[in-house]
Amino acid sequence: MNERARDLQLLHDMVLIRRFEEKCAELYSATKIRGFLHLYIGEEAVAVGVMSALGPDDNVVATYREHGHALARGLSPGSVMAEMYGMVEGCSRGRGGSMHLFDKAARFYGGNAIVGGGLPLAVGLALADDLRGRQAVTCCFFGEGAVAEGEFHESMNLAALWRLPVLFCCENNLYAMGTALDRSESETDLTLKAASYEMAAWPVDGMDAEAVAGAAQRATESIRGGGGPVFLELRTYRFRAHSMYDPELYRDKAEVEQWKRHDPIATLVERRSVTDDELRSIEEDVAAAVDAAVAFAEAGTPEPVEELTRFVYSDSSTVGRP
Amino acid sequence: MKTTYREAIRAAMREALERDERVFLMGEDVGRYGGCFAVSKGLLDEFGPDRIRDTPLSESAFVGAGIGASLGGMRPIVEIMTVNFSLLALDQIMNNAATLLHMSGGQCSVPLVIRMTTGGGRQLAAQHSHSLEGWYAHIPGIRIITPATLDDARGMLWTALEDPDPVLMFEHGGLYNAEGELADDAGPVDIDRAAIRRAGADVSIVTYGGTLRTCLAAAEVLAADGVDAEVIDLRTLRPLDSTAILDSVVRTHRAVIVDEGWRSGSLSAEISARIMEEAFYDLDAPVQRVCSAEVPMPYAKQLEEAALPQVADVVAAVRATTGGG
Ligand SMILES: Cc1ncc(C[n+]2csc(CCOP(=O)(O)OP(=O)(O)O)c2C)c(N)n1
Repeated sequence: MNERARDLQLLHDMVLIRRFEEKCAELYSATKIRGFLHLYIGEEAVAVGVMSALGPDDNVVATYREHGHALARGLSPGSVMAEMYGMVEGCSRGRGGSMHLFDKAARFYGGNAIVGGGLPLAVGLALADDLRGRQAVTCCFFGEGAVAEGEFHESMNLAALWRLPVLFCCENNLYAMGTALDRSESETDLTLKAASYEMAAWPVDGMDAEAVAGAAQRATESIRGGGGPVFLELRTYRFRAHSMYDPELYRDKAEVEQWKRHDPIATLVERRSVTDDELRSIEEDVAAAVDAAVAFAEAGTPEPVEELTRFVYSDSSTVGRP
Repeated sequence: MKTTYREAIRAAMREALERDERVFLMGEDVGRYGGCFAVSKGLLDEFGPDRIRDTPLSESAFVGAGIGASLGGMRPIVEIMTVNFSLLALDQIMNNAATLLHMSGGQCSVPLVIRMTTGGGRQLAAQHSHSLEGWYAHIPGIRIITPATLDDARGMLWTALEDPDPVLMFEHGGLYNAEGELADDAGPVDIDRAAIRRAGADVSIVTYGGTLRTCLAAAEVLAADGVDAEVIDLRTLRPLDSTAILDSVVRTHRAVIVDEGWRSGSLSAEISARIMEEAFYDLDAPVQRVCSAEVPMPYAKQLEEAALPQVADVVAAVRATTGGG
């Protein structure tokens, strides 16, 4: 694929995430989707750029803000939407919801709603690959808020100590809910922290899909070459509220507007001189995919309550005798 | 063959490492040091540092890594030095190991065994002596096993490794030096059912783990008085083998639950409730419980002894049910 074709694909995937999530917000207001809903809008370049460097044997561990990661990893929009509707056809059979999208076949090991909770899992997935002599990379996404958690430090140390094939992708969107980075960290240079674990660490413009794709490519090559784990600080910004219940008292509207000028979609459109026709074709394709996803979810089957206690243990005969 | 509880577990680990190349042991000081209770002593030389893997003091990360490795197709045995330290990994155990299968709609099972020491009696005071297995038994999605005999120490591990779901194995610290005879061909045992360790007709003493010995000793004292006690070893605390408990109580009409955990909001309360719910009209006396005193475990010998269930306490509880108090 030439570079322009690759970038048009990145653009397509970003537009898909954007429109999919705009629809999610709408469906949330319409009470079709419930629970917590964290939108990724503004951060799309990170997911699509990083995923472009991963192959089918690689593993992905994500956070509760993971619609973008799931779609970029290739989970079908229908199965993701059906999950948010709580349907059997959802990628987690309606048991996970927005924050817990899973697809084992895609090696997508979940949205994890415990800040920092996915990092040890990623270390373990990489350890399994290492012990089995497989060449795969495990990619772990987390916000900069997770950097304050013990699990971050324990996992960084373990991955570096054992030289495991982990790509740590820190999505630094500057706020953990309402807490700005400099209100929670004594050292705000995140790559410096990572480097203290003897790990290669670079900052990346997370609003630029090309830059992210390039950095992820370089990082995964280094990891696959046996260079040990890599930490990427992806500098990005969420355009929307933390979740659907956030009055955004902690940041200025002007700051949000300032960042919106670096919209990752517009940036790529401009950089690659994407024509109106090309853009229209992408939008049409995406609109059809989103409509189909909603139709799929609407036509879904609610799991019968008789199935409530399934999947607590693998052997369903265990169920009922706790 | 004469052996100890410690050696029986080591033999079980050796067998697992030999039988299945996906099995590896990971934890603090399991390798060079030989295990904080010397359970894994010698295994590093036999299996090498990839499979007998020393970890930093990072309970959350290495337990989580065990979960991740099991998702990646391995069969890890993760050792946590003692149950008190497992609290630093509670997030991983509760929020990942116990939930991933369900949250993923049945896709991601977690075939992992976490071993840890539990219990008091060694004057290790309030941060090394608690019995928190009952807490863990509260959690759906994990299995809790508590080997109390040499056969179970030898045989439960392999069966646990074959379980597709996470299993927590609690080894009572007071048992490691327990000596006894083990058949040369001793091997895997079931982990679904409770066992009657002493058959009896007059009262059912329900226990597990470290207090099994206490209960068997109490049964001998009672026998001298003409009270024929049955002693049930639960073996697995979750899923609880209610059938075995109820069958026994229906025969003896009396029940005493002995648990080194605290009484309030506990496993013993759960068992008592089940007996009330399902065998109330078979009871000739209220259910009695013998548990640890509700204090953080004290250091001084006489205080610790007073805090833990003793033979005399069990005997007194049985007498209370037989009217011979
Ligand atoms: C262990 C834990 N503590 C607190 C929370 C509540 N919480 C959910 S999201 C969040 C902020 C996390 O911020 P960050 O890691 O930067 O990710 P972002 O939401 O910005 O993508 C908090 C505090 C949680 N889910 N888990």
